[in-house]
Amino acid sequence: MTRHHSSTSFALSRRQLLAGIGAGSFALAVGTGGRLALAQELADKAADAASLFEPNAFIRIDTDGQVTVVSSYLEMGQGTFTGLATLAADELDADPAQVRVEAAPADASRYTNPFLASIGFAVQGTGGSSAMAGAWNQMRQAAAGARAMLLSAAARDWDVDAAELSVEAGRIRHAASGREDGFGAFVATATTLTVPRQVTVKDPSEFRLIGGHFPRVDVPAKVNGSAIYTQDIKLDNMLVAVIAHPPRLWSTVRSVDAAAALEIPGVQYVVEVPAGAAYQGGVAVLARNTWVAAQGRDALDIDWDESLGLTTSTAQIFERYRALAEQPGNVSVEKGTILDKVPEGGHVIEATFEQPFLAHAAMEPMNCVVHIREDGVEVWNGEQWHTADQGAIAAAMGIEPGQVTINQLYAGGSFGRRANPFSDYVLEALAIARAAREQGHTGPVKMVWLREDDTQALQYRPATVHKVRLVLRSDGEIGSLQWRAVGQSFFPVPEGGTDALLVEGASDFAYRTGALLVDQHLANDQRLPVQWMRSVGHTHTNVVGETIIDEAARLVGRDAYEYRYDLLSDHPRQQATLKLAADKAGWGTPLAPGADGDRRARGIAVRESFGTVVAQVAELTLHADGSYTVDRVVCAVDCGYAINPDIVKAQMEGGIGFGLSFLRQEITLEDGQIQQSNFHDYPVLRMNAMPVTEVHIVPSGEAPTGVGEPGVPPIGPAVLNALAALIGSYARTLPLGDSVSLT
Amino acid sequence: MIDLTINGRAVQFDGDPEMPLLWFLRDEAGMTGTKFGCGIAMCGACTVQVDGEPVRSCQTPVGSVTGQDITTIEAAEQDRIGAALQAAWVENQVPQCGYCQSGQIMQAMALLAETIEPTDADIDAAMSGNICRCATYSRIRAAIHRAAETLRA
Ligand code: FES
Ligand code: FES
Repeated sequence: MTRHHSSTSFALSRRQLLAGIGAGSFALAVGTGGRLALAQELADKAADAASLFEPNAFIRIDTDGQVTVVSSYLEMGQGTFTGLATLAADELDADPAQVRVEAAPADASRYTNPFLASIGFAVQGTGGSSAMAGAWNQMRQAAAGARAMLLSAAARDWDVDAAELSVEAGRIRHAASGREDGFGAFVATATTLTVPRQVTVKDPSEFRLIGGHFPRVDVPAKVNGSAIYTQDIKLDNMLVAVIAHPPRLWSTVRSVDAAAALEIPGVQYVVEVPAGAAYQGGVAVLARNTWVAAQGRDALDIDWDESLGLTTSTAQIFERYRALAEQPGNVSVEKGTILDKVPEGGHVIEATFEQPFLAHAAMEPMNCVVHIREDGVEVWNGEQWHTADQGAIAAAMGIEPGQVTINQLYAGGSFGRRANPFSDYVLEALAIARAAREQGHTGPVKMVWLREDDTQALQYRPATVHKVRLVLRSDGEIGSLQWRAVGQSFFPVPEGGTDALLVEGASDFAYRTGALLVDQHLANDQRLPVQWMRSVGHTHTNVVGETIIDEAARLVGRDAYEYRYDLLSDHPRQQATLKLAADKAGWGTPLAPGADGDRRARGIAVRESFGTVVAQVAELTLHADGSYTVDRVVCAVDCGYAINPDIVKAQMEGGIGFGLSFLRQEITLEDGQIQQSNFHDYPVLRMNAMPVTEVHIVPSGEAPTGVGEPGVPPIGPAVLNALAALIGSYARTLPLGDSVSLT
Repeated sequence: MIDLTINGRAVQFDGDPEMPLLWFLRDEAGMTGTKFGCGIAMCGACTVQVDGEPVRSCQTPVGSVTGQDITTIEAAEQDRIGAALQAAWVENQVPQCGYCQSGQIMQAMALLAETIEPTDADIDAAMSGNICRCATYSRIRAAIHRAAETLRA
C-alpha cells in the first residue's frame, strides 16, 4: 500500500535537505546539490551554506540500512535524542531498531536553534524547551525527503512504478512482484538521484510511532554504566585539573606555596589561573588522576589578596532589594488604570515575596576536557550552548570558531547550567589548559569541579524580591494588579533596560485583570554572575502569581479551582488543563484522613510556560510538629501533540521533583563567602520525599511544545496553597524548610 | 602493591592505599560506570558492592578492600538480581540523564539480595541515600518492585 498524501506539504530549501557529518564516514546522507553524497563532501558544501537562522535536520542511511539521526541538541536527560529518532523513524517508516542518534558537531552554519534565534540568541544550543517544537517540521521533512528518494531508487532498480511501493519497518516492498529489500540496498542508486523539490509529511492519522511507545535510545547504555559523560573521558597524555577557587569571592592570588602539593606523587603542574569575567580562577593542580589532583589542591598554601574580594551577605542583598521594591521601577507592561483605592466591598492583597539564590546542582558537577593544539582547540563536553562556547573559546584564543572542535557527550543533568551565557566553566578549563601548556604540558586537560567547587562557583538562579498589590472588586473580579520584581537579569541587558525573563509569567499574567502594571529593578551591579535554571523566570514568578490568585479566591469566598477556571476565560487551553488535573485529582471530594494529629489538604496551581500548559494538584499532609509531606501530585499537561507520551510523563515527574527541592534549598552569602558546599547543606529531594505522581496528557493535535521545563513552575505554589488551606496564611519567603511554625 | 578483585578479575595497584576506590576504578582501572557525585557519601552515585554489601566507593580507601570481592555496575548483568533490575529499569524507562543510575542499581541489588519482596517503606529506607537530580524516584520504585516480582516468579 502506498502512503496517503496528506495536505501538508512543504517546499524544501536546499539547505533544509543538507545533511551529513562524520569524518571518514562511509555512510551516505541526503545531501546538497540534489544527490546523496559522502559525508566529507557534505561537510565541505555545508561550509558554503550560509544561514544562521535555519536549522538542518540530518538523516544518514548507510548500506547496512542503518539510519543515523543527527541531533544538534544536547541529551541531558530530557529525552530529545529519542524524540528526534521517533520523528525520523516514523516518517521514514523505519524500524526503531535500525535508527541511531548521533550528536552534531558545533556548527553555527547548520545547527543554529531557530527558537533561540527568534528570542535573540542565535546559537546552536539546547534550551527554552524548544527542541521538539523545532524538529517537528524539519526532522519530518528531512526524513520524508530521504524516504521519497529511497522509493525512487527502488522503483528504478526494480523497474517498477514508485507508486506501487510500500514501506514498513525499514523494508521496501513491491506487492505485485513480491520483491522486498531493506533501505541499505537502495543507497547506491539513491545517491544518483535528485532531491525532490516538494515533500509531503504524514498526516497524524498515519503515524505509526509518533504518539506511541518508542523506547529511549539512551536507556540501554544508562543501565549498564557504558554511557559516556565528560567526567568519563580519559585521553592519551591527559591530566586532570582540580582548582582552588578563592574562598572569598573574587579574591586574587597574592602568592602560592606549591611545595607540598608538588611532592605528592602524580602531581605534575601547579598553575595560577587568572579570573575571567564570569569565572574565578585561582590555582589549579594538574595530576595523573582526579584524586591526586584533589590532594594536591588541598595541599596548596595560598595567600589570597582579598582587597578586591566580595564582602556582601545575602541579608544585605535582600535588604537592598526590599528597599528597591518600594520604589517605582522600569515598566515592563502597563495596561489599564491601577486602582489606588479598594472599591466598596472589595479586598486588597499586599505582599512581598522573597526567594533565594539557587544552585543547579546537576548530578554531574561541571567539568570540561580541553586540548589546545597548534592548529586549534578540541573540546569534549556535554555542550548545551555549543556555538556560544565555541565562539568564546575562539575569541579567547584569537582563532576562528571553525578551529574549535567540540565533541558532544551526554550530560549528567544540567538544568540550564551547561548553557552558561558567559561560557564560565568552559573558559576556566581553557585557562587552565593554557597555563599548563605554557609550562610544557602538550596533552589534553580535564578540569573537574568537585561538588564543593560546583556548589560555590556562582551562576545561580538569581534571588528576587517581588512586591504585589492586587485589588479585588466586590464581585470578585480583579480590579488591578501591580507587580514589581527586583533581582538580577538572567542575561545582560543595557543600563536602564528591562529583562523579559525576570517577569515572565507576570507580564503575561493569564487571569482576567482590569489593569496590570509590571515593573522591575535590576541589580546587575553586583559581582555575582547568575544564569537561567530550568523554567527560568517561572521558577519564582509562579510562586507569586499562583499563591496570590489562591488567596484572592479565599478572600472572595470562591473555590480555588473554580475561581481560576473562571478568570482564565481568555485561555481555554489553561482552563482545559486545569480541569483535567482537578477532575483526576478528585478536587472537591474529601481526602482520606491522615494519622492521628495529621491534617491534610489539596492545593492547585497552573502555568503556561514555553508554550506548554501544566496544572498540578498537590496533596499535602501537615503533621502535628509542623513538618509536612507531599503525598501525591496529579499533573495535567498540554504540550500539543505528544511525540513520546512516556517521555512527557517522565519530564513532568522530574519537574515535580526538581521544583519540590526549592522548598528546602537556598544559597547564601556571608561576608563574601558562599555558605553551602555539598548535599549535606544544599539538600535535594530524595526518594523518601518523592510524592506519588500521576500525569495526564491533554489530547491535542497541535504542533508539539516542549516538556523539559514546564513541569517545574506549578508544584511549589500548589504545595504552598495546600499548606495555606490548613494554616490559613500563605508563605511568602522561600525556602520553607522542613517544617512550618504552627503557633 | 595492593591486590584487588574487581568483578572477579585480579587487579593490582601500586599507588596510594588511601585513594578512594571510586577514583581507582574510574581513573586507573578505566571503569567509568561508577560515578562521582559528591565525594562525601551523600549521594550514592559511587555505590559498588564489596562482599555483597553496598558501599560508597568515594569513602572506601582502596587499601581497605584487598582480598574482598568488589562488584561494579559493569558486572551487574552477570548477577541474577542485577540483570533483573537492569531489565526492569529498561521496561520502566527509568533513566533520564542517567548519571545516578549505576549507583541506584547497585544499591537496589543489595536491597533485593536482602529482601525478596520489599515494601515501599523498605525501598525508601534502602534508597534514600541515593540522589537522583532528575527525580526518577517513582520509576526507580516501580522498577524495584518489578524486578522483585520477576525474581520471585
Ligand atoms: S560520590 Fe560517593 S556518595 Fe556521592
Ligand atoms: S537520572 Fe539524572 S540524576 Fe538520576
